[in-house]
Amino acid sequence: MAATPTIADLRQRVQRMQGAAVSRLLPVLPGLGQLIDLQTGMVCCLDSPGLAMSLMAGPSQAGEWTAVVGVPEFGFDAAFAFGVDLGRCVVVPEPGEHWLSVTAGLVEVATLVLIRPPAPVNEQQAARMIARLRQKDAALLVDCAQLGDRAWPRPQRRLSVIDNQWSGLGRGHGHLQGRRVRVRSRGGGVPDRTVDLWLPDQHLEVRLDYTGGGDHTGGGDYTGGRDHAGVDAFDGQVAG
Amino acid sequence: MSVLDTAAGLSDSGLSDSGLSDSGAARATTGADKSVLQAATAPRVMVVWCPDWPVVAAVAAEELSIDDPVAVVAANEVLACSARARLDGVRRGMRRRDAVARCPELVCVEANEARDLRAFELVLSGLEQLVATVTPIRAGICAVPVPSRFYGGEPQAAAVIAEMLVEYGVWDCRVGIADGLFAAEQAARRPDAQSWFLVSPNGSARFLADLEIGALEDAELVSLLRRLGIRRLGEFAALSSRDVSTRFGRPGTWLHRLCRGEDFRVAAGRRPPIELTQRVAFEPPLETVEPIVFSTRQTADRFVAELARHGLVATSVTIEVHGDRGWRGVRTWGHPRWFGSADLVDRVYWQLQADPAPEPVGEVRLVPEAVESLGDHGDGLWGSATDDQVERGVARLQGMLGPEAVIAPTVQGGRGAVQRQTAVPWGERADGLRPRSLPWPGSIPPPAPTRVFPRPRPAVVLGHDDRPVAVSDRGLVVGEPTRFRPDPTGTLLGVQAWAGPWPIDELWWDPDGARQVARFQLVGVDGSAWLLLVEQGQWWTEARYD
Repeated sequence: MAATPTIADLRQRVQRMQGAAVSRLLPVLPGLGQLIDLQTGMVCCLDSPGLAMSLMAGPSQAGEWTAVVGVPEFGFDAAFAFGVDLGRCVVVPEPGEHWLSVTAGLVEVATLVLIRPPAPVNEQQAARMIARLRQKDAALLVDCAQLGDRAWPRPQRRLSVIDNQWSGLGRGHGHLQGRRVRVRSRGGGVPDRTVDLWLPDQHLEVRLDYTGGGDHTGGGDYTGGRDHAGVDAFDGQVAG
Repeated sequence: MSVLDTAAGLSDSGLSDSGLSDSGAARATTGADKSVLQAATAPRVMVVWCPDWPVVAAVAAEELSIDDPVAVVAANEVLACSARARLDGVRRGMRRRDAVARCPELVCVEANEARDLRAFELVLSGLEQLVATVTPIRAGICAVPVPSRFYGGEPQAAAVIAEMLVEYGVWDCRVGIADGLFAAEQAARRPDAQSWFLVSPNGSARFLADLEIGALEDAELVSLLRRLGIRRLGEFAALSSRDVSTRFGRPGTWLHRLCRGEDFRVAAGRRPPIELTQRVAFEPPLETVEPIVFSTRQTADRFVAELARHGLVATSVTIEVHGDRGWRGVRTWGHPRWFGSADLVDRVYWQLQADPAPEPVGEVRLVPEAVESLGDHGDGLWGSATDDQVERGVARLQGMLGPEAVIAPTVQGGRGAVQRQTAVPWGERADGLRPRSLPWPGSIPPPAPTRVFPRPRPAVVLGHDDRPVAVSDRGLVVGEPTRFRPDPTGTLLGVQAWAGPWPIDELWWDPDGARQVARFQLVGVDGSAWLLLVEQGQWWTEARYD
């Protein structure tokens, strides 16, 4: 719930109590607003844990509960650095065969749930989950790094990292400092968008990258050029 | 009964003497009346003394025999010894090596005050069955008001109490009864084992007069008085109280009053500790989990209600499941807030699921381990409905998957990515976390990796000539990484950038925990960034920046 409920919020809450499926906009970190309108009742597929953590950070900082299902290697330290409130985060690293019912259970208590399905979800299961998300006023992030597009049929939004550059690391010296990513956002009946982001920058903040693929300002020593032919090849690899 | 005879004799002389001492001590007649009045109403106190209590407690704890030569040693000095050791010449205050030289078969046990008190607690609770209030003085000695009227006289009461203590396995116990605590304590040192010594009413001063001045437990004053030529308590008591108070101050005056038998301290009594443990017995014993859990429900309600009555809540509870043939399943459960009765029933269910009883269950006990004030934990005025809902939802999941499957992510201090986080089962309290504020030299600077593999995966890092890259004992890199395979199932990747080593020589003083590792950050030509670790020539993938 937002800290100061407005009339519209309260009206939505009343409608939800009456059983109507109403979605509300979840707060996201400032840099991610251009990427996605995160709403309750939606399913969003993404392929980067860092992106998932930064999406979880916004609602978590606003006081919402978050949950992570089936991601045993979820880095708590990184999530904490992205701004996820770990005190309001429930993690089920290995749900086993009950992963779908565990997710359904967590949707009741958490507003944003990140899952990694061990097997592709069929249409029927997806439809039931959508209905549940709308009813319980929650959103689902699906980590499809392993299964690709098959993981979830027709999600409302699909985020994929199409380019990825680390700065700060040389050949034998320096250390990883900042990461610049180009994220493509597709689906949901709105035009595709491509956004350049620092995920995170040297100050561990997530923000938009306005340099637009020019020179690296991150103090790094390696200069990997960003040619779009390479990007397309990488994109094809993810999609296939 | 020689003791009774002496007691009777003393009482006679005490009665005849007290009048004398009163008239002698008090100048004005009104003062004399007052002191007689006070003496007449002085409470009778019974002191129960178990000599060499540290030895008795040590013998019970170490499963020795009381007939062995045993000495309890503190700071290499004998604190107490058994009768057999005393026979061989071991004395209190003797050095350990001297004691062993005199009695080579001497068993030396380290002193442990907590053990003494724990053992004495049994005696106290036994005494509480017989008398209303028990005042523990030290381990091994306690005072009780004399229940003479109930048992038909002081000797009878002493006999009942001595008998009870023998029943509890305390063979050597001595009882002294007098006016006032000090006289009773001194009286308890007179009789033999399992016997008693009575000082008649108003006879305390007369009884104390013959005692050595060393009976006062103030070493400085005792040594001074000895040098002044005062060897008996009676001689000290005969001094005028004004002189004593001007020379020895308040503590001296107090001891002076004790020696004159003007000790009106009452056996104040301790409050027996509140019994918060709840138990439910099954007759006949139950075999299946569900009826056990169902039958525990009322007991859990009672447990929570009883705690609430005392303004308490339990944050940690031990659940003991007793089989009817002696099997015991014990587990301590924590709760991030506090246990309600539904939480307790859940825990009983989980415990029986995880650790099923091999035999029918005869009893379930709920023992509070940590209780806190309800005021610190109560709900706010407007409730905390959201969090309650979360607790209930998570409890359902734990019921489905087991209590350890749902975790509360926790971060802590440490050098490696794996060490910097820990998984605390939901509902347990995170204990022993390493502080994050310390510098942790050798740790990798932020950002932290987003994927931390619970088990490191074997990796391969190759140099220019396809030979594995190694790190020498001094932390130098041998060869430059050019290709690496972070995933055992993946393919070799070219290295775009790398940094390292971050060498760590951990716990080198501990042969079991010692680790000499070095960490590297590598970025592949595809842009993926990895955290690798090399230990004794073997590379592992610890985490991925993704």
